[in-house]
Amino acid sequence: MTAMLDVAGLGHTYQAKDGAHRAIDGLTFTVGAGELVCVVGPSGCGKSTLLRTICGLVKPTEGGISLHGNKIDGVPEDLAVVFQDYSRSLFPWLSVQRNVEFPLRRSLGRKQRRARAAEALELVGLAKAVGKYPWQLSGGMQQRVSIARALAYQPALLLMDEPFASVDAQTRFELEDLLLKVKREQNTTVLVVTHDIDESVYLGDRVLVLSNSPASVVADLRVDLPGVRDQITTRESDAFVTLRGEVARLLNVGRPTAQRKVAAEAAVAAKWAEAERAALREAHAEDHATN
Amino acid sequence: MTKFFKRWIVFAGLVVVWQIATVLADDPFFPPPTEIAEAARELWLSGPPDQLFLTDIVFEHLIPSVSRLMGGWAIAAAIGISLGVALGRSRTALEFAGPLLTFMRSIPPPALVPVFLLLFNVGTSMQLATIVFGVLWPILLNTIDGARSVDTLKYETSAVFRVPKWQWVLGVVLPSAAPKIFAGLRVSLSLSLVLMVVSELVGTDNGIGSQLLVAQREFDFPNMWAGIVLLGVIGYALNTVLLAVEHRVLGWQPKQEHSKPVQLATAGD
Amino acid sequence: MRALTRGVLGVVGFLLVWELFGRSGLVSAEYLPPPSVVLGELGKLLGDQLFLRDVLATVLALLITVGVSVGIAVPLGLILGSVPAVRYATRAVVEFLRPIPSVAMIPLAIVFLGIGPETKIVLAVYAAIWPILFNTIYALDELDPLLVETAKVFGTGRVRVLFSVALPSALPFVLTGIRLAATTSLVVLVSVELLAGGSGGLGQFIMLARSGAGRMDLVLAGTVVAGVIGYLVNEGLERAQRRWVGWNAATGGRA
Repeated sequence: MTAMLDVAGLGHTYQAKDGAHRAIDGLTFTVGAGELVCVVGPSGCGKSTLLRTICGLVKPTEGGISLHGNKIDGVPEDLAVVFQDYSRSLFPWLSVQRNVEFPLRRSLGRKQRRARAAEALELVGLAKAVGKYPWQLSGGMQQRVSIARALAYQPALLLMDEPFASVDAQTRFELEDLLLKVKREQNTTVLVVTHDIDESVYLGDRVLVLSNSPASVVADLRVDLPGVRDQITTRESDAFVTLRGEVARLLNVGRPTAQRKVAAEAAVAAKWAEAERAALREAHAEDHATN
Repeated sequence: MTKFFKRWIVFAGLVVVWQIATVLADDPFFPPPTEIAEAARELWLSGPPDQLFLTDIVFEHLIPSVSRLMGGWAIAAAIGISLGVALGRSRTALEFAGPLLTFMRSIPPPALVPVFLLLFNVGTSMQLATIVFGVLWPILLNTIDGARSVDTLKYETSAVFRVPKWQWVLGVVLPSAAPKIFAGLRVSLSLSLVLMVVSELVGTDNGIGSQLLVAQREFDFPNMWAGIVLLGVIGYALNTVLLAVEHRVLGWQPKQEHSKPVQLATAGD
Repeated sequence: MRALTRGVLGVVGFLLVWELFGRSGLVSAEYLPPPSVVLGELGKLLGDQLFLRDVLATVLALLITVGVSVGIAVPLGLILGSVPAVRYATRAVVEFLRPIPSVAMIPLAIVFLGIGPETKIVLAVYAAIWPILFNTIYALDELDPLLVETAKVFGTGRVRVLFSVALPSALPFVLTGIRLAATTSLVVLVSVELLAGGSGGLGQFIMLARSGAGRMDLVLAGTVVAGVIGYLVNEGLERAQRRWVGWNAATGGRA
């Protein structure tokens, strides 16, 4: 299997006036073509920093990332992201159809755009909602639109940032199965960032377990479950139960001292994430002013 | 129909009361509404049939006035929106320009009428300059505010999908800022009516404002009242049209926030 | 700090361009005197009793206008905002009156009221009432029903509710209205002074400086002072809003 994504010795430190914060430290892993890899880690461990460096939105201070052999410097060509917060990531002034077409305007003509969007919406089961506005849809359906938008873009790598964390449990199961179906049919390479242990095992071909902040890879586990999975039987299977236990142990879940530590670190990380976003906003404002 | 009726019945009642009161009082300052209506008809609607019964005054005074108003407003909108987007998306530029803008917009625009009078002489360009300078600020400041507050996640989404610059500005920044921009446009529209009148009262021989002065010199009160009512009607009509446009353009908004009173943005905070 | 430096640089840059432009001879210095001349004139004016009297006349008129408008518009807004029937009945009247620009009534008001200060104050009040009125009505619409319910549960009467619950929570909106009203009144006051004269004030000073000796340096100096007044009014009211109703910064405070 060839490596689609190659992350080597990635480290990132945020600099601010009143100090520095090391978010990730010596992260190394690869994602093969057609693989679905889940990155799971405690909240605030630097997952979102990792995701933003892969997108090219944040320039890492150390190490490098290559996407099918090309070193990432700036936002790479064929990469799509599904963000957790669909309500902010979708454009409220565009219909569902136009939201999906939005990233295609650069490269495709009108007819092709329309066809590509229709196809993607069909795939996520939203063929009937094309003319609606996002706010007229339920949260789960909105996230389907985001997924359709990412798929229509036909990316080499699909990144998902806690994609199902903001929907209810039932919808979450549906969307997980949708993702597995799409991945099987389209052979898409996917990297899912999540804090949900069950989800990581259920979805992944591999699960990467990250440490507390600064994040580094603690374990790279292969998920030996069949390609076609089922919310009930798969979750009951011994392989699933064993694996989720292993991941949970690696993450120190449920131990009071560890929990306290995690909570404290999450608070620190949240503060830094805020500073980071402020810095990001500033950088963007400049960015768009100057070019 | 009944809704319309209900809505205007108190209005009609007040007009009737006014009519009776003015007839009884018989005060030249306050002509009865019928007399005002008659004066208005005489002034503007007694023309030949081939001009749709509009008088020459309409073509010589009303239409130029309204054209200047709309022209000045449109120019201010073009400058305000484009400059506002540029400043709103560039922190550096805004830091440089902020205090200057804050001061400029604090100047009551009529104070600059003498300056414009000298620079452009009496006439259309001076009137346009007055209107543009006066109404630019609400549009500019509101656009800056709207463009500044584009959601970070929408920026990231656009960046990740590598949308071209034009699509980012036209497809993301402008729609995000649109509700604020429209609020600015509405304030500006009523302000441009004010400034149109002011610029015409400074001794020009053309326009609704100058007609008011003529009526004043001749102590023709019905004509003065007719002019005032006409300005109210124009203001009402323009505002209604703008609201309809706004309603269409911002139709995507989940909650209609149109009933909100106008809130002006300030630069720098 | 960096932002402040840049802001100052922006102003200095603007003045420099103006200075160079004024001295370049492209426009006659009589028409557009450079800022050095204007600021010099301004310095002299600030020691001039007559000029200060004009400034005072405008500022006083502004204070009276705002006071009178608040006195009329806030109670009116409370009535219209809390009694839907009255509001509905008067809507057409309000919608008809609001768009009439107050400056259009200058010729009429001069004939009717003469050219004393009452003319400009009446006209400015007419313009200033609307933003306060609409903000007050809007604030009552936005009133959290839970607050009113709570008050009623404790047996508070209708009038008490109005004064102890409705008014305080409407305050941020009302203050925004007052700020807009103050800015508008200044525009109207200067307009009337400019066009009608007679009652003193900055507007009249500016008009006399232009028509008498054609002293553009004085005109611009007067304009700068008008701008400073406008700035102080806006900034002062914004500060007041932030200080007094900081608890409501998220909703009504923003403007």
